[in-house]
Amino acid sequence: MRITRLPISDRLSRRVERQYLIARAFNRRRALKSVVNRTAQIRKGDVLAFVTMRNERVRLPYFLEYYRNLGVKHFLFVNNNSQDGSGNYLAEQPDVSLWWTNAGYKRSRFGMDWINRLLMKYGHGHWCLTVDPDEFLIYPHSDTRPLQALTDWLDASGRRSFPAMLLDMYPRGNIEDEIYREGVDPFTIARWFDPANYTITKNPYYGNLWIQGGPRTRNFFTSDPKSGPALNKTPLVKWSWRYAYVSSTHMLLPRSLNQVYDEDGGEQASGCLLHAKFLSTFADKSAEELDRRQHYANSKEYKAYHAGLTSGTDLWCSESREFQDWRQLEDLGLMSRGNWA
Amino acid sequence: MTGAAGIRLGVILLCHAQLDVAAHMARIWVGGGAKVVIHIDAKAPAKAVTAMKDSLKDLPDIAYSRRISCDWGRFSLIQATQDAAQLLLQKHPDLTHVYLASGSCLPLRPVSELREYLATDPERDHIESVSANDVGWTVGGLNEERFTLYYPLDWRRQRWLFDRLVEWQRWLKIKRRPPKGFVPYLGSQWWCLTTATLRAILGDPQREEFDRYFRLTWIPDESYFQTLARRHAMRIESHSLTLAKFDQDGKPYQLYDDHARMLEESHCFVARKIWPGARLLLEHFPVARTEDSELRPPQPQRFERMISRTVRRRTQGRPGLYMQSRYPRKDSENGKTSAPYAVFQGFTDIFPGFEDWLAGVIDADIHGHLFSPEMVEFAGRPRIGPGAISSNPQIRDRDPQGFLTALIRISPRMQVFQTSPRDNQALNWFMATDPNAHIHVVTGAWMLPLLESEMPFDDIRRVTAILQRAETDHLAVLNSVWVKARVQVHELSDFLARPQGVIMQALQQMPVAPSMLDSMPRMRNLDGLPELLRRLRNSGLKPRLSGDGLPLVDTSLPERTAAE
Repeated sequence: MRITRLPISDRLSRRVERQYLIARAFNRRRALKSVVNRTAQIRKGDVLAFVTMRNERVRLPYFLEYYRNLGVKHFLFVNNNSQDGSGNYLAEQPDVSLWWTNAGYKRSRFGMDWINRLLMKYGHGHWCLTVDPDEFLIYPHSDTRPLQALTDWLDASGRRSFPAMLLDMYPRGNIEDEIYREGVDPFTIARWFDPANYTITKNPYYGNLWIQGGPRTRNFFTSDPKSGPALNKTPLVKWSWRYAYVSSTHMLLPRSLNQVYDEDGGEQASGCLLHAKFLSTFADKSAEELDRRQHYANSKEYKAYHAGLTSGTDLWCSESREFQDWRQLEDLGLMSRGNWA
Repeated sequence: MTGAAGIRLGVILLCHAQLDVAAHMARIWVGGGAKVVIHIDAKAPAKAVTAMKDSLKDLPDIAYSRRISCDWGRFSLIQATQDAAQLLLQKHPDLTHVYLASGSCLPLRPVSELREYLATDPERDHIESVSANDVGWTVGGLNEERFTLYYPLDWRRQRWLFDRLVEWQRWLKIKRRPPKGFVPYLGSQWWCLTTATLRAILGDPQREEFDRYFRLTWIPDESYFQTLARRHAMRIESHSLTLAKFDQDGKPYQLYDDHARMLEESHCFVARKIWPGARLLLEHFPVARTEDSELRPPQPQRFERMISRTVRRRTQGRPGLYMQSRYPRKDSENGKTSAPYAVFQGFTDIFPGFEDWLAGVIDADIHGHLFSPEMVEFAGRPRIGPGAISSNPQIRDRDPQGFLTALIRISPRMQVFQTSPRDNQALNWFMATDPNAHIHVVTGAWMLPLLESEMPFDDIRRVTAILQRAETDHLAVLNSVWVKARVQVHELSDFLARPQGVIMQALQQMPVAPSMLDSMPRMRNLDGLPELLRRLRNSGLKPRLSGDGLPLVDTSLPERTAAE
């Protein structure tokens, strides 16, 4: 009802934008070269993961293990011209389909054109999880119930999207001090987070909440908190070819998919994406990304990190909390079980 | 008492999806010695049906009733139950009890224990049956209207038309006439009736009339047997033996592996509805009681409490929480903040050491000016405050309400802070309309620091004008009819007349250590105040908020004489 009352021009322009994004994604199909296509293995009802990555070889084994354990049945990777053997590693995995591209990350709307294209072709009718290799989904009861239980429940509740706020995790002490090794759970090292310093504003046009804060804002963006990174994400969506991600996984079209929060005082179910960005691998990565200048806002984020990190930044503070489990995050109000008992 | 041997149990199993799970359940029932009639929804795919029948081929006591296409909330479910019951009674005329279950209802205790339990009072019918006229039963607003309007449409597939039809009938004031002698009762759709009652219901001389009537009521599976049982039963135990809770949308809760313990402790006989992937539950149950323990009646209270807690979280949420999936619009917050807090305005201007003094007197976190434009003055002035909230004012001003609510929510102790017209005024309305807020204001006190500022008079005058306007606006908020906070406003002159009394009054609502109250904080030197007020007034700016009782007249008289 509410949506029908909005100015018609907004609705029209959102529709045009959505169709533009879909057309754009379709148009980019030739930029993606299929390396291994095992999508014939996908069965009805499977939960799929869509990932763009570049030079993440050391992270991949644990990433795949984590999501296989959660119940992801098939992974669809876009390899943006990795040089570290990530491609070969992924091509050998039995449940991975792999595409390769050397097109510009920035020119492809930070990879979202590729992901939208794959979602459109393979995601229709499936619950699709769109994450980066350093993002680990945690949801209510994730220690005892697989993803399939969550998606079945979302289906039964008539919901099409599930929000998971990005929670930056960091180690105690300097980020470079403890070396991250392949296959290790990154949260044995980066196991601290900020409990309560998140700011929320509502985006009336797309209808999503814009969440900022956490260690990045308090360390790197004090003079300009408004350009701090967005933490709101909607990574899990029952996809239809009519949908499109607008900006990373922060917001989607149609607008109703962003309506993942209750406005009458109740709580919807939600999760968190634990963000294992701040590991020993990060300093090299930020230097490399800075050279490439392929990130948001002319890599403003990476410049800020790099300036801070080369001088030995420690994100930890005495108010940081040590990560325990999803119940802790729920008590802190970072996520909620809603009515999923 | 006839003993468990005298109880011969029949089971009607309604199945529509997940037939492999349903087959598992049927095996448990038959294994416990029950006779089973299975109804499979006509919409179930033929392949799955054959697979189910094949897997149950080795069991003798299973029959299949005529397949009907069942729609949720429609009469077809009743029809399927009636058919199955008739078949069951026909095939096994010696049954004493019939249990209605679904393919996703998991027996938590062995069938033998259920029989033992039924044997304790074999004539009793276990069916939840609550008078529809007395009790608000359901969610979604349809209560008595279930029986007084016509429902020819399917709610799931024709939702829009369904809602329009209801609205239209309300508008036309349509009211169905029920059959003679009809008193509607509602209850859980899962029951266990004695065959005597069930036969009486199926053979009711008015059955045709009732069926015709129920055909167009809403969700008859929660009212048909519940109503008719009241006509025919000897003794009704108005409680279902099946543990089944519904959420606020009327959907049944699913049960998962991690519920195993709670289910076991509930001592219920049957629970629904099992998530088909909950393999552990399917393997674990039914669980027999230990040899020496006695037969316990079902005790679902703990489980029901858990469900009500979750429903509350979904519908009301946690007060004072603003997050990715709870962002209440203004005035729908169910609690703007999560705990009481106190705000002092003007006190630090009168008593420079007020913060430290207060920290010694009450058991709470005493902050400075949290909304100061220079810095967030957390207690002890750390760079990073509680909950890792930055002391940077720009970050705070990005979302002041989120800042305050997060601070209150993350801190275990009561939060107390100072405000002033110099600070960010964005939360004036928020705090004034928050019942958790205790606001204590001494108006005009902001003027006192100006006495020692040694600023040029023109600057003082300009600052005074700005701050006075800010405080006047704030007072307009505090005097509005919408105020929910506890507000105490004193004019500076009143306060100075009896400072101790006012402070005592302010501390009454707080966790005070009583012995500490004999000392008072040191007051600022007020010597130049009357002179300043006079100069301000003479410069054309009327000081409105400091009160009238200050000794202005005394000093102004000789001045005037001098001018003359």
